[in-house]
Formats: sequence, structure tokens, C-alpha cells
Amino acid sequence: MYRSMVTLQIMDTIFYEAQRQGRISFYLTSMGEEAINIATAAALTSDDVVLPQYREPGILLWRGFTLEQFTAQLFGTKDGNDKGRQMPIHYGSNQLNYFTVSSPIATQLPQAVGVAYSLKMDNKEACAVAFMGDGCTSEGDFHAGMNFAAVLEAPVIFICRNNGWAISTPISEQFRSDGVVVKGQAYGIRSIRVDGNDTLAVYSAIRTAREMAIREQKPILVEALTYRVGHHSTSDDSTKYRSSNEIEHWRTARNPTTRFRKWVQTNGWWRDEDETELRESIRKHVLNAIQVADKTEKPSLEELFTEVYDRVPPNLREQEKSLRETVKRH
Amino acid sequence: MWLCSPLIHSYSSTSLSSRHRPNRHNPPPSPPPHPLTPPPRSSFSVKVACLIDLSSNLEVHCIERKTSFFFIHCDGSLTSGLNLRNSRSARLSTNAVATKQDNVTASTASKPGVTNVDETPPSKPIGNILEALREGLEEEMERDPRVCVMGEDVGHYGGSYKVTKGLATKYGDLRVLDTPIAENSFTGMAIGAAMTGLRPIVEGMNMGFLLLAFNQISNNCGMLHYTSGGQFKIPIVIRGPGGVGRQLGAEHSQRLESYFQSIPGIQMVACSTPYNAKGLMKAAIRSDNPVILFEHVLLYNLKERIPDEEYVLNLEEAEMVRPGEHVTILTYSRMRYHVMQAAKTLVNKGYDPEVIDIRSLKPFDLYTIGNSVKKTHRVVIVEECMRTGGIGASLTASINENFHDYLDAPIVCLSSQDVPTPYAGTLEEWTVVQPAQIVAAVEQLCR
Repeated sequence: MYRSMVTLQIMDTIFYEAQRQGRISFYLTSMGEEAINIATAAALTSDDVVLPQYREPGILLWRGFTLEQFTAQLFGTKDGNDKGRQMPIHYGSNQLNYFTVSSPIATQLPQAVGVAYSLKMDNKEACAVAFMGDGCTSEGDFHAGMNFAAVLEAPVIFICRNNGWAISTPISEQFRSDGVVVKGQAYGIRSIRVDGNDTLAVYSAIRTAREMAIREQKPILVEALTYRVGHHSTSDDSTKYRSSNEIEHWRTARNPTTRFRKWVQTNGWWRDEDETELRESIRKHVLNAIQVADKTEKPSLEELFTEVYDRVPPNLREQEKSLRETVKRH
Repeated sequence: MWLCSPLIHSYSSTSLSSRHRPNRHNPPPSPPPHPLTPPPRSSFSVKVACLIDLSSNLEVHCIERKTSFFFIHCDGSLTSGLNLRNSRSARLSTNAVATKQDNVTASTASKPGVTNVDETPPSKPIGNILEALREGLEEEMERDPRVCVMGEDVGHYGGSYKVTKGLATKYGDLRVLDTPIAENSFTGMAIGAAMTGLRPIVEGMNMGFLLLAFNQISNNCGMLHYTSGGQFKIPIVIRGPGGVGRQLGAEHSQRLESYFQSIPGIQMVACSTPYNAKGLMKAAIRSDNPVILFEHVLLYNLKERIPDEEYVLNLEEAEMVRPGEHVTILTYSRMRYHVMQAAKTLVNKGYDPEVIDIRSLKPFDLYTIGNSVKKTHRVVIVEECMRTGGIGASLTASINENFHDYLDAPIVCLSSQDVPTPYAGTLEEWTVVQPAQIVAAVEQLCR
């Protein structure tokens, strides 16, 4: 788990820099939320279907998404799972049971109920896991998804990463309830609040939640309290609305990765040399992946028209033809 | 033709539990053409599918012939084309001929639409659109256990318009799912379920309410197959009644096809007769693309003879209702009946209109439409959408772009005005295109 958390951190740092250098158009980091990312992934099985919001690439990492695959999606190359069609960070992998990220907030919540419904029909030993942020709980789909899950007795785990900020909106301006955990009660959903920066706490909470959800075929709401150390995304400069002291405090003193590292080291499973070695090798790996992706081709013109439908229909073929002609001429 | 021993020798589905993948460009065979229809663009010489229902150990016969259809009854028994050939053509000839439809518009469409009753076929010969939809739905649920229905009151209540009546009792509460009132939610739910392998059918109690589901339909339903790089597919059907009813007020009289037509990745079809309702329902369910099936509130009670044998229609084909020479009238859904009523008058006045029910709203069947335009050189579009941004507007642009050289006159498009549908009966009538207007437009155009 610790290795993955470190990998996530380094990945985030380097890709963020890459955006700043103009090599990719957009990025958002999961800094400060590594524990939630990795511990959750570790507590689930590969059969559990994950519907992310967008700050959960750690799940993919844990499940085996390679650094090359991440890079390919970010750079929009032909090797990306999405064939260069989605913006950066909007990963998706059918194989790893990780639904493609869709930008509008909270749309994944009712969809999670649908996934759970499907699993229920198949009698599978698995559950749906939907992530959301604190801001997401204001959306209509949050209400609908929670209500549906409760009424239909769907095995969904709703995980709310309450990181204190929705871009520039602090939670005091997002809702006036006592956090998100109380909202679950209103729907008749059993809820728990957990320290999102405590890797082990998250792990055991999700582990138990999963068992409960599957055994009793009922939804669970987990509110994980954490802090968004990074800016919302590369389009944001959070020092505009919060103090850099605050950010620094959470980045260092309350950092989940450091915290976990202390615990792992105290148990004698990790040494400083391992740390340096690990960080070095991951850095190299990521930089290498970036170099490769930089050189890889972008998807060909026909991929603009494929997979809009199951087969390319005549009208799209025509549009493709006229586009090719335009490209040739100019 | 020959009989072969029980072998799975099919180009489409085998057992009920197999994952059927309908081929979009070689659709399942349609019944033999109506005597008045032009020849189909693709002719099949198809080996009839043989079915082995492994669970019930049916005997199988494979028959090859030039025309193409295979029959499965809902109860699982298999009949070959042989036995029904004689009665089939007689049955199908009552389909889609002008005269019988004219009473529909004057009332709430409860008069039967069949004129010739040559013979009484063995089971449920005459049904209305409601029943046709239900039959189609039931047959598909029987055939594929992944098909499920979700919506408000679809379970034991049987649906607000009773399309799903009896299905919950038969298939259980899970497969015919009653949901709380949140259109965005159950549409989202259907999308999630579809991405994990189910084939849900979402019922909007009224099409207008699906505006609440617009986000899920536009941002996710139409897009996820594409943005996921083809990893996830969304084979859902979204259906419900729409169109202008009888004084139902503005919010219950929406024509959503105007709003949805721009969404990439979805298909839209509109049914207008029991025959095409059933066929399109089945085709929509079998399609791997998200399909929106538009039904019309006033047409549910329209009766017609529905063939016994199984048939699936092509989602992208238009229907030739009445061939003619002078003018092409393009329409769909309820307006078809206003057009046919106008056609009667026109015929009496000596005109020969060609009426096409476009059925496929996205994409347009430009092949059939084009052939017609090339023949008549004059086009009238009759729709219920509003003037601005409706199906008619897109169709006009499309025809102008593709068939400009064949037109002798500008296209005439008759649509509703750009107003919310009023409640008062007289006002409501004035917003819907009436047969008299259609007659006048044709006369004007053909001068």
C-alpha cells in the first residue's frame, strides 16, 4: 500500500509539472488523499465495480493500470484506453472495473445504483463503489442516487471524500449540515465517518462496509475526512482563497503518506534507503513514460467517427469523407 | 429447401441465455414486403435461424429460402415459415393502407383500424399500440434474461399507460422495477446497469419528464461508448408517450425529439402503428446503441392486425405508407393520420400523393426519402414539432443539401407554432397541423 501511495504522489507531482510545461493540457492531483485512494482500493476486490468522480486514480494504480497507460490517456495518444477522446484524468478501464470518468458531478451516483442492480440480478459477490466529493452532495443526483439505493436495497458503497473544498467553495458554504455522514441517515442508509488520512482506518472501514453491503444487500455511506492539498486542478490557484499556511500544514504535518510511512517504518518494514530508492525509480519510470507518450502518434482521423455508434453509420461516413477532403486540400 | 437435424445453424441468436449481438448493417430479416412497397435496398437470401432452446429441448428445423423470416412464438414453440405462408400475405395486406386510419384524429383513437377481415388468424389478431408494445417487450424479455424495465409505476401498476401490465407478475419485481420519482436518477441507473451488461428499458411516464434526465441522456448515454474508447456500451431503450394529447397542458405535450436530435451517439425512432410499434420496440431492445423510442399519447388505442409470427423492423428505415407520383409527404407519429386523412381528400381532388412515415428520426432514411424526391420533385413535411429546431427543420436542411437538384419547388414544412401548447381545446387544435392545412399546402405546391 505504501509503495502505491508514494507512486501516486510522484505521478501527481510530475504530471502536474508536465502540464505547467505545456506538455499536457490539464491535470488534477490527488495530493493529500492518497490514503483514501489506495486504502480503499486495497480493501475492495477486483470484482467490485468502481465509479470514480475524478480524484481516484489510485484505484486504477492499485488494480494494475500501468504508468504507460496513465500517460497515454493524458497525452491523448492512440494507445490510450479512450483512444484520445476524453480529457486528461478521465481514465476508464473496463478490464479493471473502473468506469470511465464523466465530467459532470454526481452523474455517477445513480449509475452506481444501476451497477448494483445489475450485480444483484447476477447474484455476484461484489458491490458497486461510487466516489464523490463534498461538493457533489449538493447535486440533485446525490439525493436521487442515495434514495434509490436505499429503496432498492442496492449493494453500493458511497464514499464521500470530504476534503473541505469544492474548487473555491469551502464546506461551510456548501452545506450547513454536520458534514455528509448525517445525510445518509436521512435516507435510511447506514453511514460512518472515518479519518480519511489514516490509511489503516480507511482500509478497515471499507473492508467492513463491503462485507455489510454484499451480505445485507444494502447501501453504505462512508464519509472520509481529508484535505485537498493541491489546487482543484491546473486551472486553479487555491492560494487565492485559502492561506498557504493552511495548505502547508496539511501537506506536511498532516500528510497521510508521511503518517503511514512512520507507522510502516516503526514496524521495521521500511527504511530510509528504500524510500530514496523507490522515489528515484518511480521518477525515472514516469519520466520515461512521458518521453514515450510524447513520441507516440495521436489517434488517426477515423477514430473521430468510430464508436459513436456500434457501427459507423452512413451520415458519419459522409462527414468523414468530407473531412478527409478538407484536410487534403489544406 | 431442406430440413436439417437439430444443429445450431443460425446467424443470429441461439439459446435464450446466449448473448445475442444483432448486426447493425445486416438487420434481422423483416417480413416480406407489402405489395405496394418498393423493393428493399438489400435483399436477403438468408438461412433461417434455427433455434435450440436448450432449456426445453425443442426440435429444430432449418429452412432455407429466399425470403427471410423466422418464427418464434412467445411460448417457445417453433413454427416454420411453411405453415403460415398462405395466411401471412393475406394478413399483411391489411397493413398501412390509407382508408382505415381516417377516424383516428377525430376521437381518442379507439376505433379499430382494420378494414378487411379475410380470415381470423389463430391468436390475438387485432391489437392496439399498447398491446403491440407490450408484446414486443414481453417477447424480448422472454428471449433475453438481461432485458429489464425500470420506471415509475411500471411494476404492479402496469405503467401509467399500461404498457408493462402483467410483466411484473410474470418476471418479478426486480426485472420490472418500480423506481422513486427521479428521472435523472433512473435514467442514470439504467446507464450504469447497461454498462455492466444489462439491457434496460427506461419508461418515462411522459416524454416531457425526461427533460429532467437530459443530463444523463446527453452527457452520458450518448457519449460513454465513445469517450471510453469503445470499452463500455449502453444498449438502453428510453421510451414513453409524448406529443400533443387532449388538453393535457403544455408540460404534458412536449415533443422531445426536437431537443434530443442533436445528441451524438443516440438513435431515435417514432412508432405510429401497432405493427411498427412492436417491430421497432424489438429492434430497439436488440440494438447495442442507445435508442429513444417515441410513442404518442393519442395513438395507444389505435388497433390493427399484428402478425403472429415474430418480426423485427429496421430502426433506420422509413415506411412507405402510400406510394404516389405528385408530391412526397414526409411525416411521422400521429401526424401520419392527419396526412392520410388529407390524402383521401387529395385523391378525390385528383392528386396522387406519396406518403412516407419516416419512422427513423435520427438518422433519417435518406435512401427512401431520396428516391421519393427524385420521383415526385416536391416535398411537404408534416410534423408536430415546433417550427424552430424541430425534426422538420433538420429534415428540410438535409433534403435541400442532398437532393437540391431534384426539387422543383422549395420544401414546405408544416409544423406547430413556437408556442407552449395551450390547454383550451380550440387553441390546442390550432397549434396542431390539421388535414385541411395539409390539403391546402399540397394544392399550393402542385399548382
